[in-house]
Amino acid sequence: MMTFIGIMLTYIFIENFILTKFLGLCPFIGVSKKVDSAVGMGFAVIFVMSMASLVTWMVFHWLLEPNGLEFLQTVTFILVIATLVQLVEMIIQKISPPLYKALGIYLPLITTNCAVMGIALINVQKNYGIIESLFSGMAGGIGFLLAIFLMSSIREKFETEWIPKPFRGMPIAFITAGLMALAFMAFDKALLNNLLG
Amino acid sequence: MIREFTKGILKENPLFIIVLGLCPALAVSTEVINALGMGAGVIFVLLGSNISVSLLKNFIPEKVRIPAYIVIIASFVSIVEMVMKAYTPDLYKNLGIFVSLIVVNCVILGRAEAFASKNNLPRSVLDALGMGIGFTLGLLIISLIREVLGAGSITLFPIKAIGFNGKIMIPWISSYSFKVFAFASGALLVMGYIKAFIAWYGSRKIDAAKESDSTGSKPEAKSNISVEQAE
Repeated sequence: MMTFIGIMLTYIFIENFILTKFLGLCPFIGVSKKVDSAVGMGFAVIFVMSMASLVTWMVFHWLLEPNGLEFLQTVTFILVIATLVQLVEMIIQKISPPLYKALGIYLPLITTNCAVMGIALINVQKNYGIIESLFSGMAGGIGFLLAIFLMSSIREKFETEWIPKPFRGMPIAFITAGLMALAFMAFDKALLNNLLG
Repeated sequence: MIREFTKGILKENPLFIIVLGLCPALAVSTEVINALGMGAGVIFVLLGSNISVSLLKNFIPEKVRIPAYIVIIASFVSIVEMVMKAYTPDLYKNLGIFVSLIVVNCVILGRAEAFASKNNLPRSVLDALGMGIGFTLGLLIISLIREVLGAGSITLFPIKAIGFNGKIMIPWISSYSFKVFAFASGALLVMGYIKAFIAWYGSRKIDAAKESDSTGSKPEAKSNISVEQAE
């Protein structure tokens, strides 16, 4: 149980995908202008990341490894993820057309979201078991949601504030993200060890 | 024709202007050699995928084109991965999962979809080279700022013949380095200030992008601003 809590805390705070590993920056900067769409995107990423970790784990350990096909890892993982994203896209389109409209072009872009591919590769690299993989995927997604939610809340405030002209739009978003990353440095391994004993 | 090549370097620089492919760019920009290795990998994959997509554009059905492009890109990434693992194991270890993550680099899929699928072979090759070199240059600028200020060194390839260990130390900064640039937040801050600098430069001089000699002055001017802010 402790390991699962450890994995969750690690990927949400200590190794937050966006703020310490730079995975998933494109949607993070692109979809963080409004809180609503940011949260929608965050939940879509949580879902896709958990599913992707689970499915890629099964593909790698039950299909590729026994047959000595590890070198096909990159190709198969990206295909599995692309299929999953397509699935999520269809589901969202069916259940919530407004959300589908809001996420617009960024939903297909989850395919090229480095965070999803990243978690699949990290799971293999760290030799996680199936349940651990599921948890790390979920935690990675939650970390993404947390970061993009904070970011979009800050960016909504920017609309009413005066910002020097060259910094308007993307530059200030990057600098905000940089300062957020600085704040997230407070979460480190020592903190985790203290928490879990 | 030559415009297809130069546009990727300046006017439509993938990193600074279109802002694509950020994830690997910021993560590997801690050392100059990582940036060069990453750039080389991206140029190779971009070239391979643009050539293949441009040649196959009439055979790939419209509906499944994205998965088809992804498979093409993933194959080239696997090649890069294997070559790097075999010949430059240290670099491969430094870049870690980011070599495999070239596959989700938006620049490559973006060029396949937006350019190579609509243009002929020579144009696609020029576009790939321009975009790849533009990406590498952008990466080089970020990594230079980050490594020089963050660690006070410039890491390049070691050359045994002349006894060069691959690391240039910069006297004063190496003992009083701005550690923040070496951390994750440094990359984001540098990127933000570069974007702001470009916006400022662009508004001051609309036709700045046409002047090819303007690139040289960018890194120095940029780092000054960053230093002031860091302090």
